Amino acid sequence: MDQRILIATRVVQELQPGNLVNLGIGLPTLVANHLPPGLEVYFQSENGIIGMGPVPEEGMEEPDLTDAGGGYVSALPGATSIDSAMSFGLIRGGHLDVTVLGGLQVDEAGHLANWMVPGKMVPGMGGAMDLVCGARRVIVAMTHTARGTPKIVPECTLPLTSVRRVDLVVTELAVIEPTEQGLVLKEIAPNVTVDEVLANTSARLLVPDQVPTMQLPG
Amino acid sequence: MKGIRLEAAVDLIPEGASLMIGGFMAVGTPERLMDELVRQHRGGLTVIANDTARPGVGIGKLIDARLVRRLIVSHIGTNPETQRQMLADELEVELVPQGTLAERVRAGGFGLGGVLTATGIGTSVEHGKQSLEIDGRRFLVELPLRADFALIRGKRCDHKGNLDYSLTARNFNPLMALAADTVIAEAASIVPVGVIPPDEVSTPGVVVDYVVQRN
Repeated sequence: MDQRILIATRVVQELQPGNLVNLGIGLPTLVANHLPPGLEVYFQSENGIIGMGPVPEEGMEEPDLTDAGGGYVSALPGATSIDSAMSFGLIRGGHLDVTVLGGLQVDEAGHLANWMVPGKMVPGMGGAMDLVCGARRVIVAMTHTARGTPKIVPECTLPLTSVRRVDLVVTELAVIEPTEQGLVLKEIAPNVTVDEVLANTSARLLVPDQVPTMQLPG
Repeated sequence: MKGIRLEAAVDLIPEGASLMIGGFMAVGTPERLMDELVRQHRGGLTVIANDTARPGVGIGKLIDARLVRRLIVSHIGTNPETQRQMLADELEVELVPQGTLAERVRAGGFGLGGVLTATGIGTSVEHGKQSLEIDGRRFLVELPLRADFALIRGKRCDHKGNLDYSLTARNFNPLMALAADTVIAEAASIVPVGVIPPDEVSTPGVVVDYVVQRN
């Protein structure tokens, strides 16, 4: 299975029926494509829509109906268009059940860095700081390493997105839960060993005696 | 509200003015006003907006023409030219979390002295800002934003200046419509009074100074 699809498929299992969910740009947007039939969730996009639907067929796009990356989307029955104050009122006010965001680094305190690399890449934080600060549950969906360099580190060296501890990290190798005691290895990916996870992680991981394998749909 | 020709609308805007510009990745950005600002080469601008879209689109047109001196936005990742000008010190950029930007604009328009938000606590956004503890939780004091002009785009505008919006083209437009000394609106269509029912007016015409006439 493609690594990004594996991550998206595992993240989907965290969503509950009726959840209001915000997906970050990039890898997290894949989550919407892997919902099991019958799981009804509401996707919010911070540019101002609740009830975002799939990309419309070519030639049927509405220029005023886009996601936060500017890509064309559709709207599902019951959708609502909202202004930016309402959009972030939902995010900061505890009304957003889950946000799924990409990451550059996560550290032992569960802190996320995902908005800039000083001197190299300064895209800006967009909605990320509000999302991490305000969502009820923050899930980081990212590759475990960046060209071999661990992204799960003792302490973030990149500027933090928030000092809120994120709730779960899902990579192509593992599911890791940041806790008060530290980063707990909760699951490993199929055909991956605990040693491989440890070898690709520079942070200290708390490893229980039994680490289950991710249960993914065949 | 007065109808105004496109050229005359941009004539009102002096060099070095501060502009709030609606839109999110150019969706809901008044493109005719962007094109006319470029044509009249109105420079030295301060722009307050969500983002600078992409080169050649929306606010990206102002960046391409090097009309912007200072930028207050949440995101520039989609426009490499904005990043280039920033890293070359040709453009001053203040990055603001998107929800905080919305509330600072809202505060500016609603007569508030600022807003308190937990967003940014413990990050570089906190630098140089006052914070307050309320019920055991720490909040940043974020100050209001206002501008000389708001350039906004609606779906329909009636002859009283009442505006409604289309889907995700709404975004910052209704907030900015209250936060500038002069508000210039562009709309996809101009309709007789009554076509937009009172319950569906998002921006009341009383805050709109000028509506750009059709060509």
